[in-house]
Amino acid sequence: MKELFLDTIWPFVWPLMWIAIKILCIILPLLGAVAYLTYAERRVLAAMQLRRGPNVTGPFGLLQPIADGVKLLGKETVLPTQSNKVVFLLAPILAFFFALVAWAVIPFQAGLVLADINVGLLFLVAISSLSVYSIVFAGWSSNSKYSFLGGIRSAAQMVSYEVCTGLVLVTVLLRVGSLNLSAIVDAQRDGWFAFGLLTPMFVVYLIAMLAETNRHPFDLPEGESELVGGFHTEYSSMAFAMFFLGEYSNMILLSAISTILFWGGWLPPFEALDFIPGIFWFLGKTAASLFFFLWVRATLPRYRYDQLMRIGWKVLMPLCLVWVVVTAGYLVAFDKLPH
Amino acid sequence: MSVIRALKTLSLYELVRGFALTLTYLFKRRATLNYPYEKGPISPRFRGEHALRRYDNGEERCIACKLCEAVCPAQAITIEAAPRADGARKTTRYDIDMTKCIFCGLCQEACPVQAIVEGPNFEFGTETREELYFTKERLLSNGDRWSDEIDANLEADVKGPGTKLNEG
Repeated sequence: MKELFLDTIWPFVWPLMWIAIKILCIILPLLGAVAYLTYAERRVLAAMQLRRGPNVTGPFGLLQPIADGVKLLGKETVLPTQSNKVVFLLAPILAFFFALVAWAVIPFQAGLVLADINVGLLFLVAISSLSVYSIVFAGWSSNSKYSFLGGIRSAAQMVSYEVCTGLVLVTVLLRVGSLNLSAIVDAQRDGWFAFGLLTPMFVVYLIAMLAETNRHPFDLPEGESELVGGFHTEYSSMAFAMFFLGEYSNMILLSAISTILFWGGWLPPFEALDFIPGIFWFLGKTAASLFFFLWVRATLPRYRYDQLMRIGWKVLMPLCLVWVVVTAGYLVAFDKLPH
Repeated sequence: MSVIRALKTLSLYELVRGFALTLTYLFKRRATLNYPYEKGPISPRFRGEHALRRYDNGEERCIACKLCEAVCPAQAITIEAAPRADGARKTTRYDIDMTKCIFCGLCQEACPVQAIVEGPNFEFGTETREELYFTKERLLSNGDRWSDEIDANLEADVKGPGTKLNEG
């Protein structure tokens, strides 16, 4: 028995623990970032609306997210009698899970990545497609018409905009020639993709990013004016908090992806600024992208559902298709294909 | 013309302008007060928490005429009266149900001796309804606590020169 343990199990214990430690090193700061993203959102929105926002709890209101979290945890988890309990509880867990699992392939710095897999980009697309399920499950299992409509809207919206996102990723892929996220960043040493040939695709990505995360101005799945709370109408307490954490960590995730795809990831804007570690560039750019989310929320009103679909299918889709051809044609014509 | 329009649409001109506008608002001065620490100015005629006033010698002003009780549109005031030992007609009970009160100010207008007034205080929220059933003691102590502010407000609100308020 002791032999068995020493020979077959023990060699795996330390590597597993090491991976667990690395995972915690990503997830714990991420959860902290989510908490303070909600704080930043309230402060930025308040500032743009000439208000003050939370400023009483702790210095500058910095303890507000903690107070909110404690309040949420103290609430009762309501299980609607008519709901499908298993799916009802599975949905927020899935939402949270999919928002976290994609972080495995995000490179924070050269070599600083949990899983440096060669199909990183494909992995991200797969995970973001799967995250639709959590919302559909939530909408269906709640057995409430508002949740149901919210879930359906959300599914249709996320699927529609995933088409655009996919085509945007194809253009990036054409220029890099690799699905590995580190390789994508390295390919931007001569110039970030946000400037130049892929600028329109960057704009499309920004718009699709808002729709994918169900954020303003495309937050129809939870359009308060007509759907109460959309797919999470029936959720409370920790289950609601899971959706909330999932939504916000998805925002951070998509900001990180846009940083990697278009803003040169951990690369500094000038060679001279190389002395600052890459991770700070990465986090700074991600934060700037997150600010864009809040800025959009303060600026734009919510779209109507048919407008949302029209933009997705009749404006962004054709533009993406054309630009895939244009990018490919340019790269072939000027012999700039990556080798 | 349509070329310019097409260019504007393609370059998201309107969107960019909107975003620029909200960004400038980020750095503008706040329009709101930092409420618990800063408060806006209130008029001398502000109708806040009720108070029963006293004369300078400490005698309560109310003569139990019940005009306020009669005029109160919400019927929030309840008064019982009896002659005191020295023969003066005084209230034995003066209750205001603050959950009923609509802060119309008719009671202070009806009062012939300016006994019942609405003071400048509006921060008297409580955690139970019972605490909002104000008794005579509570109203008199309000009057004592806010007497300076109430007197100043009444003085500021007097119309015409030479009118005295606090004459016995």
